[in-house]
Amino acid sequence: MREIAYEEIVKNVRDIIVYSASNLPEDALNAMKNAYENEKSPVSKEVLKQLLENADIASSEKRPLCQDTGLAVFFVKIGADVKVVGGLLKDAINEGTEKGYVEGYLRASTCHPFTRANNKDTVGYNLPAIIHLDIVEGDKIDIEYAAKGGGSENVSRARVFPPAAGKEGVIEYVKECISDAGPNPCPPLTVGVGIGGTFEKAVISSKHALFRDIGSKNEDPEMDELEGVILKELNKLGIGTMGMGGTETVLAVHIESNPCHIASLPVSVNVQCHSSRHTHITL
Amino acid sequence: MSTTYNLTTPLSDEDVNKLKSGDIVYLSGTIFTARDAAHKRLVDLLDAGKELPFDIKGAIIYFVGPTPPKPGDPIGSAGPTTSYRMDSYSPRLIAEGLKGMIGKGKRNKDVTDACQEHKAVYFGATGGAGALLGKQIVSAEVIAYEELGPEAVRKLEVVDFPVTVVNDTYGADLYKIGRAQYEVK
Repeated sequence: MREIAYEEIVKNVRDIIVYSASNLPEDALNAMKNAYENEKSPVSKEVLKQLLENADIASSEKRPLCQDTGLAVFFVKIGADVKVVGGLLKDAINEGTEKGYVEGYLRASTCHPFTRANNKDTVGYNLPAIIHLDIVEGDKIDIEYAAKGGGSENVSRARVFPPAAGKEGVIEYVKECISDAGPNPCPPLTVGVGIGGTFEKAVISSKHALFRDIGSKNEDPEMDELEGVILKELNKLGIGTMGMGGTETVLAVHIESNPCHIASLPVSVNVQCHSSRHTHITL
Repeated sequence: MSTTYNLTTPLSDEDVNKLKSGDIVYLSGTIFTARDAAHKRLVDLLDAGKELPFDIKGAIIYFVGPTPPKPGDPIGSAGPTTSYRMDSYSPRLIAEGLKGMIGKGKRNKDVTDACQEHKAVYFGATGGAGALLGKQIVSAEVIAYEELGPEAVRKLEVVDFPVTVVNDTYGADLYKIGRAQYEVK
């Protein structure tokens, strides 16, 4: 049994939160540069230029890329042969999250759903983190992290279709979601699509799909092809960067599919803004 | 054709009437911040017949909740938040003399109608460009509702703050115009 110290997890979580807030990962930066090269609208091209300049300033001056430094979302896989010493894994992730947001001068964006009171005086700064935990073989802890902003989360949606809706129904649903959203979620976007499973499985899959590197291939050839079809459809919408009109509305479509009930076809669309702050570490 | 203007707050009817959707404006002077929670309180004050914490006549409200400043900086990153959440409050403030709003994303018909009727404009700033936009803010001071944290009302001094006119006083909408040019039916 391999032992990993609680404090080591705290420190690593703190560090990836601070780093991610001001450094766009390479896949997202490359996708934005490609969008800049390909964009036909001069207005959207100008805004893309501003966003690339913003990424430069953020990284060189260690300023957050966006004032919405998100809620911290984690997908964690813990090996069956690892033991966390000195505390619980979940507590370590939460403690690292709080340290990252406080020490990195990031925004406290968590509040009570109705009173809208900011939680920092009661349960902590930007806590609790959103943690999805899985147990796997091995003696490592694998942590995928993303800072999820509110603007893109607000346009996300899920629905359980009857099986007859089929692939066409899925394509139309995603298209309707992105079309209705227009400029609001800060395009150019990454669109995560969860297909199948149960209602909640589809939603979690659509979230996890956003953690995949932009530009990477889907391992399932059928889904890889469907990603291409949906991407092409979405870029016909003409929304462009920040809704100014243009050819580059979506950087990538990522699908995660699961077997589902014979009566259902669950579909979830989770949207990520152009500032796709995500990272992956293994301890 | 898009025209570029440099404007200083407060704005007059003459200032806003010359602006057209798609024009680029560099704003300088004082602007005020407010998001959802602060808007609710401002409208509650008006309903109660009380005075607002700042002079709304000719003012610009920026929909932003900045990150905390690092030591020595006036403010952290400060890009726009999505504006539709303020749609139920903005018409009331426009009727009181608000001349400009800065945010990102679509506004509803009540807001664009109020912009036409009372002569006000909705500016878009680049969402997600918080580091760049924060640098155009030279001072920031919380003037109301400090307990709201990032949502408190702040008085900002800005220099050449870059925005684009989305909704003008004539009913035009840049998002609709831009999208129609590139949409493939």
